[in-house]
Amino acid sequence: MLALKCRVNVIIVTAMFEIIRVENFSPSTFLWEVIAPEIAQAARPGQFVIVRSDERSERIPLTIADFNTDEGTITLVIQAAGKSTDQMRAYRVGDSILDIVGPLGEPSEIENFGTVIVVGGGLGVAPVYPILRALKLHGCNTISIIGFRTKSLVFWEGRFRDYSDETIIVTDDGSYGQMGLVTQPLKEILAARHVDRVIAVGPLVMMRAAAETTRPFGVRTIVSINAIMVDGTGMCGSCRVNLAGEIKFACIDGPDMDGHLVNFDELIIRQRRFVKYEKQSIEMCKNRCQE
Amino acid sequence: MSRIARQHSAHLPPKTRATNFKEVVCGYTETEAVAEAGRCIQCKEPLCITGCPVRINIKGFIHLITKKDYKGAYETVTEANLFPSICGRVCPQERQCEAACVLGKKREPVSIGLLERFVGDTARQSGRHQTHEIVSTGTRAAVVGSGPAGLACAYDLAKAGVSVIVYEALHMPGGVLTYGIPEFRLPKEIVRSEIDNLKRLGVVIKTNSVIGRLHTIEDLMGRLSFDVVFIGTGAGYPSTLNVSGASLNGVMSANEFLTRVNLMHGNDFPRYATPVGAGKNIAVIGCGNTAIDSARTALRLSPDNVYIVYRRTLEESPARKEEIRHAMEEGVQFLFRTETKEIIADNEGWVIGMNCRSKDEAAAPDFLLNVDTVIYALGTMANPLIARTTPGLKTDKAGYIETEDLMTSIPGVFAGGDITRTKGTFTTVIHAMSTGRRAAAGMLKYLESRRQT
Ligand SMILES: Cc1cc2nc3c(=O)[nH]c(=O)nc-3n(C[C@H](O)[C@H](O)[C@H](O)COP(=O)(O)OP(=O)(O)OC[C@H]3O[C@@H](n4cnc5c(N)ncnc54)[C@H](O)[C@@H]3O)c2cc1C
Ligand SMILES: Cc1cc2nc3c(=O)[nH]c(=O)nc-3n(C[C@H](O)[C@H](O)[C@H](O)COP(=O)(O)OP(=O)(O)OC[C@H]3O[C@@H](n4cnc5c(N)ncnc54)[C@H](O)[C@@H]3O)c2cc1C
Ligand code: FES
Repeated sequence: MLALKCRVNVIIVTAMFEIIRVENFSPSTFLWEVIAPEIAQAARPGQFVIVRSDERSERIPLTIADFNTDEGTITLVIQAAGKSTDQMRAYRVGDSILDIVGPLGEPSEIENFGTVIVVGGGLGVAPVYPILRALKLHGCNTISIIGFRTKSLVFWEGRFRDYSDETIIVTDDGSYGQMGLVTQPLKEILAARHVDRVIAVGPLVMMRAAAETTRPFGVRTIVSINAIMVDGTGMCGSCRVNLAGEIKFACIDGPDMDGHLVNFDELIIRQRRFVKYEKQSIEMCKNRCQE
Repeated sequence: MSRIARQHSAHLPPKTRATNFKEVVCGYTETEAVAEAGRCIQCKEPLCITGCPVRINIKGFIHLITKKDYKGAYETVTEANLFPSICGRVCPQERQCEAACVLGKKREPVSIGLLERFVGDTARQSGRHQTHEIVSTGTRAAVVGSGPAGLACAYDLAKAGVSVIVYEALHMPGGVLTYGIPEFRLPKEIVRSEIDNLKRLGVVIKTNSVIGRLHTIEDLMGRLSFDVVFIGTGAGYPSTLNVSGASLNGVMSANEFLTRVNLMHGNDFPRYATPVGAGKNIAVIGCGNTAIDSARTALRLSPDNVYIVYRRTLEESPARKEEIRHAMEEGVQFLFRTETKEIIADNEGWVIGMNCRSKDEAAAPDFLLNVDTVIYALGTMANPLIARTTPGLKTDKAGYIETEDLMTSIPGVFAGGDITRTKGTFTTVIHAMSTGRRAAAGMLKYLESRRQT
């Protein structure tokens, strides 16, 4: 038994999923390693979990950034993007998470495709790592392009280098690696040589840009759809995606989808579905959530 | 023939109840129940029983109520129906037992549903539950899904001495009883107490376990060495709304809306972190139980207007008639014979209205309904996950699992509830429960036959 660190209130729950490691990559990005042996056993690259930290929390989808069957743990890398993910920063080693369900979603397609470019941007950097690793272990020639806003946010460079034949790091401000967006080196490589497949994971706008960059080259491009979800089991349709006119559910048909078929414009609008409520929630919590 | 009028249970007044989630129908007091039971003429050949999908000995339990033998009445009901408090509240009695009651020919039928509920509630309040001597058989069963089908199946298996683990995808058990049917119609306390009874029989419920992902059906029968498996995953996959504008902000499925409220407590946002995302003028498309539940739930979030937009007539609605009446009393506005043509949005993608066409000669044919939220309740379909991850599992074209005597194409793997389909039956709680129980009987027989060989 332990008290969960939720600034809203303190609820006593029976320990369920214990956090055994916390690593802070930056003030907003952090890593949890959590004991979840059954999930670790079943997890495949590209799959995700849904986390409900305590009785009053939302159900938050997070990619399984790593899994260790020997230790029975999974690793999540979280970017504090709003209220729920921000509250998760308060958790320390030894604290427990009330609910974790997973693995969810179709695993990524992994085989020796030939030359593959793996693109990760922002909160997509950690999720793309297990895919990269699996592709390399299956014999692909791998090129990774990972993007961050600035030097102080860079993490896991070593891990990417370990499994990439070439690693390109870009920062928005040029404080580390190349300056600019991930799409610039992507375009240069595509123009210079033959590439069999591109996998791009990150914010929707980045994935849309990546898909538009690869489209003229006709290179198959897989993106990982981070639509807003509730159940993650195909029951609510919150995560619906328009795939060339056909409705698919990111939680059971994806999250990996053909980037050239995804209607990103619709998704980007739907991503903003709760913006006004999120603001209200943060405001109201400042005022009265101490109760 | 009985001269006493049908006893009506007290209801919360529409104005008050439309602002809270308290149960609407208060249920019979003891005096009312005994008086109502006294109306039953104890037919020699009771037709009501033939109207009941699980053949409860209705005549018998009603007779025991007149004798004030509530323990006996409870035992009589639970021979056929494990969860009287639930079914007494949600069964479409007007299409089943009460439709067959002979009193109904001349006047109102006996209020069998409310009496069943009285029996269940009285037992629960006096701490009475079904007690059973359990002799372990040393066999193990996995039940996938904790809706009424899975719960009923687990119950019968556990009673027969099988060790049962129920795997549930969500963080709370109960299926539609928990995430779908709202508190004001079925208090969650009742579902919880039925589930506690199951645990008392030694059934283990593992939440957060999506079968097909965490373990496959093959794993359950192989690596995890269960002797038999029951699939009761329901048919929760929402049908899509095929009109232009269906992906706009403010358009959501009834399942999403109800889940955000019932499971995630979004009505108590921001104390609970999940927002509902419903606005001030809400249209619900459809008129089944799910649509009515959505409309009445929406009404309780204090909007300005809630509409039901239905392309057919009132008479054609498959919802429980009582709930439609309740919805009307509470202030839901019904637009019958009205088709949704398109949903329109402002330039940021937020819903601002719905173009409708009325088939009513009296009304203006085309009109714009000013709404900022559209909830669609157009029915649900089989979830493809289990079928996709279970090689050799036979389904029909629409993805429903095919069974013979409730056993699927894989020996030892059974299925029931909404994920299976029987022609001519409605998808109801009682139907799900009865297939769950019949599957349990089949599973026991299967286990027995395997033991002998
Ligand atoms: C399959 C999947 C995998 C994901 N993997 C990761 C991961 O590994 N690490 C990680 O940090 N995040 C991941 N996300 C995104 C994460 O779930 C959201 O950032 C989180 O739900 C936001 O919750 P919040 O309450 O903190 O923020 P909110 O206050 O709800 O939102 C903050 C901002 O993020 C946007 N947002 C809301 N929901 C999502 C969403 N699902 N995806 C993207 N943006 C969203 C909002 O529109 C808003 O602008 C994943 C999402 C999906 C669907
Ligand atoms: C809003 C609403 C109102 C209704 N009102 C009424 C009413 O008044 N009267 C009536 O008789 N009927 C009503 N119904 C219909 C009735 O609820 C259903 O027919 C019944 O619940 C079906 O039971 P089930 O056990 O087959 O499935 P469900 O109740 O759907 O339960 C299935 C369970 O399985 C879980 N599951 C799914 N996939 C997996 C997986 N892969 N692994 C593990 N678990 C999984 C789900 O999370 C769920 O908990 C209503 C339905 C809805 C949606
Ligand atoms: S999250 Fe509910 S259907 Fe995908």
